Amino acid sequence: MAEGVKPRVKAPKKAAAGETVTIKTLISHPMESGQRKGKDGNLIPRSIINRFTCEFNGKSVIDVTMEPAISTNPYFEFDAVVPEAGDFKFTWYDDDGSVYEDVKSVAIG
Amino acid sequence: MKFKAMTALAGLLAISAVGAANADPVEDELVINDEIEIVTRTAAPEHMEYIDEIMSGWLFREDDTRDMERDDFDNPGMLAVEAAMEVWETADGTEGKSCADCHGSVEEADIAGVRAVYPKWHEASGEVRTLEMAINDCRTEQMGAEPWGYTSADLTNMSALMSYMSRGLPMNVAIDGPVQATWERGKEIYYTRYGQLELACANCHEDNYGNMIRADHLSQGQTNAFPAYRLKDAALVPIHKRFQGCIRDTRAETFSPGSPEFVALELYVASRGNGLSVEGPSVRN
Repeated sequence: MAEGVKPRVKAPKKAAAGETVTIKTLISHPMESGQRKGKDGNLIPRSIINRFTCEFNGKSVIDVTMEPAISTNPYFEFDAVVPEAGDFKFTWYDDDGSVYEDVKSVAIG
Repeated sequence: MKFKAMTALAGLLAISAVGAANADPVEDELVINDEIEIVTRTAAPEHMEYIDEIMSGWLFREDDTRDMERDDFDNPGMLAVEAAMEVWETADGTEGKSCADCHGSVEEADIAGVRAVYPKWHEASGEVRTLEMAINDCRTEQMGAEPWGYTSADLTNMSALMSYMSRGLPMNVAIDGPVQATWERGKEIYYTRYGQLELACANCHEDNYGNMIRADHLSQGQTNAFPAYRLKDAALVPIHKRFQGCIRDTRAETFSPGSPEFVALELYVASRGNGLSVEGPSVRN
């Protein structure tokens, strides 16, 4: 079980209809690769975020499969078109079954 | 950099000519979160004999690395600051007190400017103390808690929070009065050659800043931006750990973090940055 996992998202609160906005996301997570050995010489079991998705009003914006080579505290920055007012929903899926979520609303104006 | 031309060997000049595209500090300005203006370049303090202009290490890093420091969201060091903010409010030790119980909450604490004047003289103990020592002193004397390890994540995180609260203020450590003897000792260490490679701090960071040492771009070795998030470590690095790394690279036995030698060196190096803004937690490669 990964500890201290906390998702963070930076997205604009307002956008013009049809505008392309930049979204930044970061989740604090050790991203243990499963390849390292601990002090006792045994392998430390793999524990990573294996999938990250972003949806806008239920429609997929980005869907990423993540692999063990990705560094600690994975950061994603991407652009998305905002056609209407609504919610960006961000979801991170952990190896241990945990799901972390965040929602950011965007208004048109 | 007139001094560089005088001291560099012919071979070094040839190398720097090849690497001229990415050697030398860049012309750039650092504004964090579009509001905090950071002084990354200013006139050297009077006591420095061989350098006219002091520069933050930020100017010696690549474009991408520099950009990470312009926005706190992109700065991985801020995760440590957030962690320390939680610890700030958490009671610890036999007295059952948290940092906030004496100093107030993070928002209202009167801590701004503290980072900028450390290391400084501690009257009661009659010695020069670093900020890390002061934090641990608070823990043992006021909170009745165990001191943190000198380069532990807990202490480095708290130190990062102190830097964060002083960010943008000019470094201003005292070098005279009771600290003078320690400062002189630090200066002596700075100019002493150590290790099998016989390198003093000054050989790289005074004579050759702006040049490449193999694949590394030498900075002036300023401490205003510590603790620094080093991308190669994926972690915050406190000042003494960086000193250790440097001295190890000269193939010498290093001093220990928190040792009187490193405290003296930290004071001297900090005084070479008087005038630069407190910049930590910074991002470096």
